[in-house]
Order: sequence, then C-alpha cells, then structure tokens
Amino acid sequence: MTLHRLRSERFRDSADEALSDAELQANLAKLRGNFLARRARARDSLPEFDALVDEAVGIKNHVLDHLDTYLVAFEEAVEASGGTVHWARDDAEARRVVLQICRDAGASTVTKGKTMVSEEIGLNDWLDEAGIEAVETDLGEYIVQLAGETPSHIIAPAIHKNRRQISALFNHHHKNLPDREADDLDGLLADARQMLRGRFLAADVGITGANFLIAETGQTVIVTNEGNGDLTQLLSGVHVVLAGIEKIVPTLEDASTLLRLLARSATGQDMTSYTTFSAGPRRHDDHDGPDSFHVVLVDNGRTGLLGGPNRDLLRCIRCGCCLNACPVYAKVGGHAYGSPYSGPVGAALTPSLAGLASTSHLPNASSLCGRCEEVCPMRIPLPGILRRLRNEEAERGASPPVMRTGLQLWSVIAARPWIYRVLTSLTTRLLAAMGRRRGHLPRLPLTRAWTRTRDLASPAGATFQSRWKAGERP
Amino acid sequence: MSEPRPRVALLVTCLVDLFRPSVGFAAVRLLEDAGCDVEVPAQSCCGQPAYNSGERHLAMKVARTMLDALEPYDYVVAPSGSCTGMVTRHYPALFEGTRDEERARALARRTFELTRFLVEIRGVTTTGSRFDGMVTWHDSCSCLREAGTREAPRTLLRTVEGTVLKEAGDREVCCGFGGTFAVKYPAISTAMAEDKAARLEETGADTVLSADLGCLLNIAGVLRRQGSPMKVRHVAEVLADDTAGPAIGEPDP
Repeated sequence: MTLHRLRSERFRDSADEALSDAELQANLAKLRGNFLARRARARDSLPEFDALVDEAVGIKNHVLDHLDTYLVAFEEAVEASGGTVHWARDDAEARRVVLQICRDAGASTVTKGKTMVSEEIGLNDWLDEAGIEAVETDLGEYIVQLAGETPSHIIAPAIHKNRRQISALFNHHHKNLPDREADDLDGLLADARQMLRGRFLAADVGITGANFLIAETGQTVIVTNEGNGDLTQLLSGVHVVLAGIEKIVPTLEDASTLLRLLARSATGQDMTSYTTFSAGPRRHDDHDGPDSFHVVLVDNGRTGLLGGPNRDLLRCIRCGCCLNACPVYAKVGGHAYGSPYSGPVGAALTPSLAGLASTSHLPNASSLCGRCEEVCPMRIPLPGILRRLRNEEAERGASPPVMRTGLQLWSVIAARPWIYRVLTSLTTRLLAAMGRRRGHLPRLPLTRAWTRTRDLASPAGATFQSRWKAGERP
Repeated sequence: MSEPRPRVALLVTCLVDLFRPSVGFAAVRLLEDAGCDVEVPAQSCCGQPAYNSGERHLAMKVARTMLDALEPYDYVVAPSGSCTGMVTRHYPALFEGTRDEERARALARRTFELTRFLVEIRGVTTTGSRFDGMVTWHDSCSCLREAGTREAPRTLLRTVEGTVLKEAGDREVCCGFGGTFAVKYPAISTAMAEDKAARLEETGADTVLSADLGCLLNIAGVLRRQGSPMKVRHVAEVLADDTAGPAIGEPDP
C-alpha cells in the first residue's frame, strides 16, 4: 500500500520554501482564523454540539468494532439496489478497478467530484497514462489541476492561491473560451462554470468520493457547496464512488448525526448547500440518475490501523478543522507535508498508512500545542498519536542521533538530581558570565538551531537550586 | 483556630532553575504569602523533553526521580503550565500499567500551576503588588489545554496596582516553542514566534507576561532579535513585586 506522490521526506526543504514564499505566506495569513471563527459561531449557536460529538464518536467507535459486519451489510444493500461493490486492498487494486469500469464504459473523459481517496491512489495520473482524461469539477480541485498541483487543504484545495494567481491560470488555460469573463471573482466563477458545463455533458463516467456510506440503505452521501458532485454523478452514464472503508455508518439516522457536525466543523455552515444521497442506478421510473452505479471500497492500509493504537484516526470525517487550527499548517501550508493528507491529521495519518521510514518528519514537526485535538469533532487525540509515532520511531532507533544522544545525556543527568545540580550550577555560571552583559548568549555552535533566528536569553547566574541550598530565601 | 499550613513542594522547573532563578524565589514568596510552608526537594527536570521526543523509557527514568522527590507533600506547585501538564496529564499515561501508576495519579491530583493554585486552591484575590505599565498576557498552550489556567492569572493581574491588562489577538495560538520542536524545526518555530510577537505588539503593551518560561524565552528571543522595546517577564515576578532586575533577555543594568 502506498500514498501517491508521497514527498514527506523533503518536508524540511518544502517548509523552508513555503516560509520564504511571500505570496504563499500572505495567502495563508488570510486563512488564519477565518474558518475557525465561523466554526466557533456555528458551535456556539448549537447548544447540543458537544452531545452530538459524543454521539458521533460513539457511532464511529461502534462501526470500527463491527466494521466487517457493516461493510458486508452495505455491499448487500448496494447490490439489492442494482449497484456493484468492488473491494480494493490497496491503491493499485483501486486504480485497476476504476480503469476497468472506465474501459467497460468506453470512456474517453471522466468528470470527478471531490475525492481525497483519488488523491491517495493517484487516480488522475493513472487514467491519464491510460489515455482517459480526468476533469476535476470542484472549483478548488479544478484550479489545482490546471496548475498541475495537488490539493493543499482537505476541504479548500486551492486555499494556497490568491485571485491574481487563479486569474493568471485561467487566462492561460481558458484562451479558447468564446466570451472570456472579467477577472473579478464572479467573472472567474462564470469562466470555470462555462468550461465545466461542457465537460459535464461530455463525460462518460462520473467519479465522486463519499462522506458517508450507509450500511442500512446502501446509500452513499456527498456534501458540496457547488453542486458539482451532483452534475458529475448524474450527467454521465456511469457513477463510480471511491471511498475508504472507514466511511461506513450503520443507519441513515447516524449519517444525519454526523452531517450535523461535518459542515459546522468544516466551514461553519449548518449544512452545506448540497447534501446528496445516492442509491444505485436509475430505475425505470426515475427522472434521472446513472445507468450503472459502482462503489469501490478502498482499504489501502486502513485495516492495519484498525487493530493498532492509532485506530482513533479512522474516526476522521475529513472536515479539515484541525488544519485550520494548526499553527504549523498556517505557516508551511498543505503542500509541505508531501502527502494528500496535510495538517495534524495528515501528520498522523500519513505515517500510519505509509509507514514512518519516509514520513518521520511529519509527527515531529509539531509543537504539540493541542489545538487540533481541542477542535476535532471526532475527539481524535492527535497530539497523543503524534507522540506515539515519535515513540515508535525512537524505539526503532530511527530518530536523529544527535537529538537522541542529547536526550539520553540529559536524562542520565536529570535522573540523578545531585549530579544535575553540580553540573548545571557550573554551566549556568559559565554561561551567565558569557552573556549577562548583553542579556543574551553569543551564537555558539551548539545553540545554532536557536540563535540563528532568535536571541537566547542568558542564564542569570547560579541556579535556583544551588542558591536555595546555600540558604538564600526570598 | 486557623487551618494547618499545607506543605507545598515547589516544582522549580529546569528552565526556571537554569535561566531565571528569580521566578523560583518569586513563586516561593507568593506561596508563603498564601499561607503555605514551601520546600524545595532536590529535583531536576520533569522529563517532558524526552517524553515528547518519543523516548518513553528515558522519560520514565527521569519522571520516577521526580515522583520520589515530590510525593511526600500536600501539594506540588510549578511556575509553569507545561511542567504541570506533564505531571497531571502525562505522568498517569506514562506510568499506566506499571507499579507506579497509582502513585502517578495521586501526584497528578495534587499538582497545580502556580497562579491557578493561588486563586483556586488558596483563595488568593490579590497579591498586593505594584507594576506600572500596560501588560498583555500570553496563554501558553499547556496552561490553556492541560493545566486549566486561563482566568487565574488575569484575576490576579487585574488587582496589581498600576497595571493595565490589554488582551492580544490569536490568544489560543501557539508561540512555536514546543520544547525540542523549537530546535528541531527552528525555521517553523521562529515563524510562529514572529506571528505571536506581532499579535502581542499590536496591543501596544510594554510588557508581555506568561506563566511559562519556555514560551517567554522563545518570544523574548524574537523580540530581542528584532530590537523590539517590548519587555518579557514571568508573571510570578510581577505578582511578587520582584521586577527590579532586568527583564528576560535584557542586559544587567
């Protein structure tokens, strides 16, 4: 199992590039607090929010305890309504399944609603190699596709771009549009709408993700604010739903409970503009709907989490709330993580799915401030999971040797208070003598990681404990 | 008849011990004024650097030393939300399933951050100190999310004579310290600290106060490097009327 285009190994370089990209910094700064403030308002105006969270966590935990049962029930319900369920153990199987469906439909173009699983398995590149054009229809996804990029945020894929950048992109790619609109916001929207309209009508297959899969009814559920998902799945003859196996909920009622949390946590809306339930292909007396309906259930590492200590991650409903709360994400943006999943949940999920070997920066690049856990509507203990991943790395002896030796030395000293006192007493006196006149220490090789960008305050002199031991009192 | 004076162990914290002993003495004075008998058992570090770096075994060794040292007291009080959180939140998790689990839980129940202890446990309403100027408060993440300290320092600061408290924006956002994170990812850490410093400076306050020396060293590090006039101090110094000495990162007069 792999995650497509995984580049987490170069996190440090990507982060540095992001930090020195003034335009990106300005774009990210605009995001700061915006979604979260709306989320806070939505939460405050719903007195039962916390009770809903408890209920939702309970639903997901129950599902994870009985995932096998519910998956099979879901499959039966989908087939009863005339659809087909495909099981994909990993990314490669998922790609093959989707390609086969496209080939069987004789497809030359497919439209796509928003699906993170598609990013995970690298579907677009794969279809492209097979000569099938995949067109993203979510506006943000469409923008990043034109730019040859990947989404930088789970729910706002192009959040790293500003209007000027989007306008330039459209000017380049929409040259052939007969009546090019102006470059203001409405104009850009009209532009994209005009481009996509033709795509919707021409598509042979429509691929969407799923926010929920309902075992009781065999329905798949998507939420959008643009209605693009509906056009994707209705206007082509074949609807393919790509979903991770953890998206299952037992009943329609459970889906409603989770829906009440999803939009509030994501964008601060009570509900998204569109919430679409799909149940099988079009029946003879239906007004519309696809001729065939496929659900591809993707594992790609998820069952590996199921029995392990990071299982709580499978409760994630991809609301993106933790990204909005994360001060690291706010500085480096989503692309730095080098994974389809960025921010706190990405830092926890990416190594859990793809292994720590090439992703170990992600759990380490966090101040463990805890804000993600505080806002998570599924109460996923993200800092705890990041810490556990660090522990896993340390136990494999894979953490950076300098840091490890330093911590070992510190711990040996700290476990013996008298050695600690003698050593620190000497050291602080020495450092105080070096820095007290200026108030901060000179830039020593050992302190470089701190002092290159910040002053390091000088110790004041002897340690508190040595002064206390010598009888000094306030 | 007056209540017996509780025996309180000061958890000095290694940063205070090493960088700013005056905070330790200020804490002792505040606790004594609040009717406590204060002792300073021989101690070192709470083990958080190792714990957060995933070195559980090392962390446990260090934490067990602290457990032994701090156990005999009615209360343990730290001038830090971070070290308090380590004891109250993470010691029980660290020792879970070991013979020390119950000891760790018991210690966690008796351990408090200094300002919260003064206000909520000792019922202190004012420390009667004086500090002239406009101050702003930096909520450390650990105070907010682990130690339960949000209102207590504000309650006390509002009674300090000569002090005006001006709140900053983005108060719930981390300053970028994060212990070893600050040196493992210095560029990100500094960028976060610069954002924090900007929010603090926007208040127009001349001093920033907090309950955590780690954050304060980080914030002071950026402010001093930028040549900002804003001063940085630990809240205990202001509450204990011990502000004659240089602020954090300032030279000796």
